[in-house]
Amino acid sequence: MTNAIEISDLHVSIAGSHVLQGVSFTVPTGGVTALLGRNGVGKTTTLRAILGLVASSGRIQVLGDEVAGWPTHRIVRLGIGYVPEDRDVFSSLSVEQNLRLAESGSGANYDEVFSLFPELKQRGRQRAGTLSGGQQQMLSIARALLNSRPLLLIDEPSKGLAPKIVSEFAGVLERAAQHSTVLLVEQNLSVVKRLAQSIVVLDHGEVVHLGEVSDLDDPTLVRQLLGVAGAA
Amino acid sequence: MNIFLVLTFSGVALGAIYFLAASGLSLIYGLMDVLNFAHGLFMTLGAYSGYEIATRLPTSLGAPTLVILAIIGATLFGGLAAGVTELILIRPLYGKPISQILITIGLDLAVVGLLMGGFGSTALQIPVPLWLIEPTHLGGLYLPNANFLAIGAGVIVLIGLELFLALTRYGIIIRAGVENREMVRALGIDVGRAFTLVFVIGGAMAGLAGILYTIVFSGDLVSPNQGDSLLIFAFIVVVIGGLGSIRGSAVAALTVGLLQQYTSFYIGGHSGWAQIGDLSTVLLLAVVLELRPRGLFGRVA
Repeated sequence: MTNAIEISDLHVSIAGSHVLQGVSFTVPTGGVTALLGRNGVGKTTTLRAILGLVASSGRIQVLGDEVAGWPTHRIVRLGIGYVPEDRDVFSSLSVEQNLRLAESGSGANYDEVFSLFPELKQRGRQRAGTLSGGQQQMLSIARALLNSRPLLLIDEPSKGLAPKIVSEFAGVLERAAQHSTVLLVEQNLSVVKRLAQSIVVLDHGEVVHLGEVSDLDDPTLVRQLLGVAGAA
Repeated sequence: MNIFLVLTFSGVALGAIYFLAASGLSLIYGLMDVLNFAHGLFMTLGAYSGYEIATRLPTSLGAPTLVILAIIGATLFGGLAAGVTELILIRPLYGKPISQILITIGLDLAVVGLLMGGFGSTALQIPVPLWLIEPTHLGGLYLPNANFLAIGAGVIVLIGLELFLALTRYGIIIRAGVENREMVRALGIDVGRAFTLVFVIGGAMAGLAGILYTIVFSGDLVSPNQGDSLLIFAFIVVVIGGLGSIRGSAVAALTVGLLQQYTSFYIGGHSGWAQIGDLSTVLLLAVVLELRPRGLFGRVA
């Protein structure tokens, strides 16, 4: 299997708005592919379509299976860890219970997760809703890493976090990427440059650029594609 | 003072039955966004299955055994009816709230019609042991024994549900699903199974509520529309308590039960306006909706 994800002619409409308009790209097995673009261009919707969380048309192949029309839980059980944009920890459940829900089979590796995030072990009985934003992000990432997953879909892990914490998370994801293929949505270009090898850029629901992460060294291209200065 | 204490005891018993009727409804709506208008039907079916068990099994088993079997049978049958309803009628209609409301109302009307056709519209009497009809003399008060049964069942179900939701994997899935169903799916969990389980649990508690209401507050009489009457109060309790909250349902049920008993006696008794108890619960609902629209323990929408 040379590609972990193959998407072709993906269309998604939400509340009458044609959000994805024929998106096609592949994510090679191994390494990190960054999905980039301005706010609202359809990056999160692409991840949600891969997971079957929004209705879509087109072809989606994940880890060798054609998954279009599958229920979400079946797609995820192919071996996907998902970190959503807003963390989506279960605030009324404890940290332990949040992790327990993420267990699949007997492969849960708590030692690994607690070595990455020792704080989660200390706060096992604390309600997730009372954690800080950074701690909630730790928990959200820990859920995705608890079992060995061949594919990780990670949506803006640095959003709203202090630079020091962002750097820590980047280190964790760098480690995770040694064992898993990662499709990363991220606005922070320094994180993208640190982690990713290839990039996919969306604009207005379409793919406007496919290339290597080194393309982000070209300030003109970055300004043109992402509308930001490329010196990050 | 004695009257006040007896009314309090009776109000707690009524609250216990409201809790049984409402908690399943609350979980079903909280987890699945299904407004289940057939919930009253599960109460009625519980009561009728209890009646069938108590009247068809040999009387040589003795009245206490028969009533215990009737209560167990009503609980199981309520759960079975709800599970079948979820699998056959509700499952194809997830995400279609209007269709769900219509089909659950239609199911209720159709089956209540069938019950009227099969059993007649006249109320039927369940034979119960003498002990349930007699009072217990306690501290100068005469307390109806049947009320102890309702309160005991309510407390056992409350503790059982809390333990189930706190300690078991399915309980945690249900709590997580009430909060964010989509993320539960995104963890690879088949929420559909949890949906069916919640329907079965809710239906079982409705069946239990139906038979206990018959024994405790309905003079042992079973009638086709009794579940629908109880459903109105169950909805009031669910909204006051907060959708999806078991503790909220318990507190709201107790409040509604006590309020109904006090106002029925102290205001209705003097004015001759017997329905004031029912009206007081609606007024309480209006006040809660005005001051705290998500209910006492409900999550922020």
